[in-house]
Amino acid sequence: MEHDERFGHARSVTLPGPLALDGGQSLAPVTIAYETYGTLNADASNAILICHALTGDQHVASIHPVTGKPGWWTRMVGEGKPIDPKRHFIVCANVLGSCMGSSGPATAAADGNPYAMRFPVITIRDMVRAQAMLLDHLGVRELTAVGGSMGGMQVLEWAATFPDRMKSAVIIASAARHSAQNIAFHEVGRQAIMADPRWRGGDYYESNDAPADGLAVARMAAHITYLSEDGLTEKFGRRLQARDAKGFGFDADFQVESYLRHQGLSFVDRFDANSYLYITRAMDYFDLAEEHGGLLANAFQGSKARFCLVSFDTDWLYPTRESRSIVQALNAAGAAASFVELSSPYGHDAFLLDAPELNRVVDGFLRAGGL
Amino acid sequence: MNDQALLALRPDLRIIADHVAPGTRALDIGCADGALMAALRDHARVDARGIEIDAGNVASAVARGLSVVQGDADVDLAGYPSNAFDYAILSQTLQTTRAPDKVLDELLRIGRRAFVSFPNFAYWRMRLALLWGGRMPVTSALAESWYETPNIHHLTIDDFRAFLKERGIVTEGAWFLNGDRLTSAWAANFRAEHAVFLIRRG
Repeated sequence: MEHDERFGHARSVTLPGPLALDGGQSLAPVTIAYETYGTLNADASNAILICHALTGDQHVASIHPVTGKPGWWTRMVGEGKPIDPKRHFIVCANVLGSCMGSSGPATAAADGNPYAMRFPVITIRDMVRAQAMLLDHLGVRELTAVGGSMGGMQVLEWAATFPDRMKSAVIIASAARHSAQNIAFHEVGRQAIMADPRWRGGDYYESNDAPADGLAVARMAAHITYLSEDGLTEKFGRRLQARDAKGFGFDADFQVESYLRHQGLSFVDRFDANSYLYITRAMDYFDLAEEHGGLLANAFQGSKARFCLVSFDTDWLYPTRESRSIVQALNAAGAAASFVELSSPYGHDAFLLDAPELNRVVDGFLRAGGL
Repeated sequence: MNDQALLALRPDLRIIADHVAPGTRALDIGCADGALMAALRDHARVDARGIEIDAGNVASAVARGLSVVQGDADVDLAGYPSNAFDYAILSQTLQTTRAPDKVLDELLRIGRRAFVSFPNFAYWRMRLALLWGGRMPVTSALAESWYETPNIHHLTIDDFRAFLKERGIVTEGAWFLNGDRLTSAWAANFRAEHAVFLIRRG
C-alpha cells in the first residue's frame, strides 16, 4: 500500500474551514499540527484521540523538536502501555491557539503578518471542533478520547458536543469548569506577561525579542499549582541552593527558588507568550454546565459513551470534588461512569508521572470498551 | 445460573445473582472488587453499576471493565435519580453505614427493588459469646475486634423485619444462611448467621 501522507509523526494539515468560533468570529483556513501512531483498522474502530494540557503539544510519544526530550506521556502511550500503537490508532493534535504548528497568535493572518492579538479568542469547544475537522480528514468518525487537565476538559467537551462520535472518554485530573481560584492563578500569569515591556501589546514576533521574563514568571506561578505542598517540602524543604548559609540578598538562596527559575527559563524556549494568554483564557471561559442551561447533567443527556474519571488526592488545582461533581452529573444522566481518586504525593502533575494504578485503571477501562 | 465464577461468589452474593432478572439494570452499593457485578454482567447481561469506598477495590473493578465510582453509601446516593435501576444491591454494607435507615430509603428510591444482605447479630453463637463470654463476639461473619470493626450498626433479622413492617416495605423474598448453606426461615433469627432480603416499596 502506498504511504498515506496523512499518517505519521510531525504531520500538519491546513483545512479550508471556516471554523465558526464561540466568540462569534470564524477562522479560515485552519492549520492543525498533529501526530498519529499505529494504524487505523479497516472499520476505523480503534481510534484514540489524546488531548493535551495547557502547555502540552502533539509530541505525546515522540522526541520534542525543541527540547529534544521524549514525549510528554510515554508512561501511558507506547508499546506495551495502556494506549498502544500496536493495537490503537492514536492521534494527538496541537490545540488551536497553541504554538507548535496549529493556528494560533503566531500564525500569519491574511495580510501576511502574525495574528498576534488579532487572533480571535477561542474556547475549549473551538479546540474540540478543530480536532473534529482533523478527525474527519483522517477518516475517523467514532473515537475514544483521553486527556488530563485541560485535555480532560476537551474530552468532556467532545462528549457533550459530539455525543454520537464518542465511544469512551477518559478524564484525568480535570474539571467541568474553571473555579475562581483557577481563574485567579491564570490572571497572575497573564498580567506577568502583559507587564513585561517586551510584550508590546502582543506585537513582538518581528523583534525577535519575546517577553520571556513575563512568560517565565507566569510559568513559575502556574508550576506551583501543579505540585503539592508535601511534594515541595519533600523535594526541597528549606534547603539552600549550592551554598552553606543564606546570602542576605535576592539570589536564589533556596533550592525551591532555583527550581522554579529553571522551570520558568526552560519554558520560554518552547512556548509563545501570546499562546499562553489565549489558552489560559479558553480554560477560564470553560464552564460545561453553563453551555447546557446551567445543569451539568444536561451535557451528558442521552450519551452512549462510557466515562472514566480519575483524580489525585493531592491535586489542589482540580481537586477530587470537581471530578465528583462530574460523576454525579453522569449518574444523573444515566451515563456509564467509573471514578476513582488515586493517591499520589505529586499533586496535579501526578497524571504525567509514574502512576501504576492510573495505568491499570486506564488499561482495564479501554479493554472493556473493546480497545 | 451455573458457572465457576458464580460458584466462587460469596454465598449471599450467589443468592442475589440467582435472583436478579436477566437484562435488567442494577446498582451494587459497596461492590468491593466487583465480583457480583461481573457475574451479573457475564451471566445475565445485567447493566451493572457500582459504588465502592476503597480506591484499590475501585481500581480493580474498573480494571476488569466495570463501571464503578468511588463513593460512600451514606453521602453519594443522593445524586442518583429515582427509579434509575431495577435493583439496588447492598450486600454486607448496611451495618457499616452511619444512617442505615436513610440508606435504605435511598435504596428504595433509586431501585424499584432492593437486595439487602447483612450478618445477623442474634445468631446463636453471637448470643453465646455475649452471654457466657461477656465479650463482643468475633465470628467468621464479624471478624474484627470491637475497636477496629467497620460494623457500627449491628442488627438482627427480627430488627430488620420490624423495620420493614414499620415503614410499610414489602418483602418479596428472604434467604437465610448458616455458613455457606441455606437454612429454613424457621427460627432464623436464632439459627441464621446471614440474611438476604429482597424488598420493594409498599
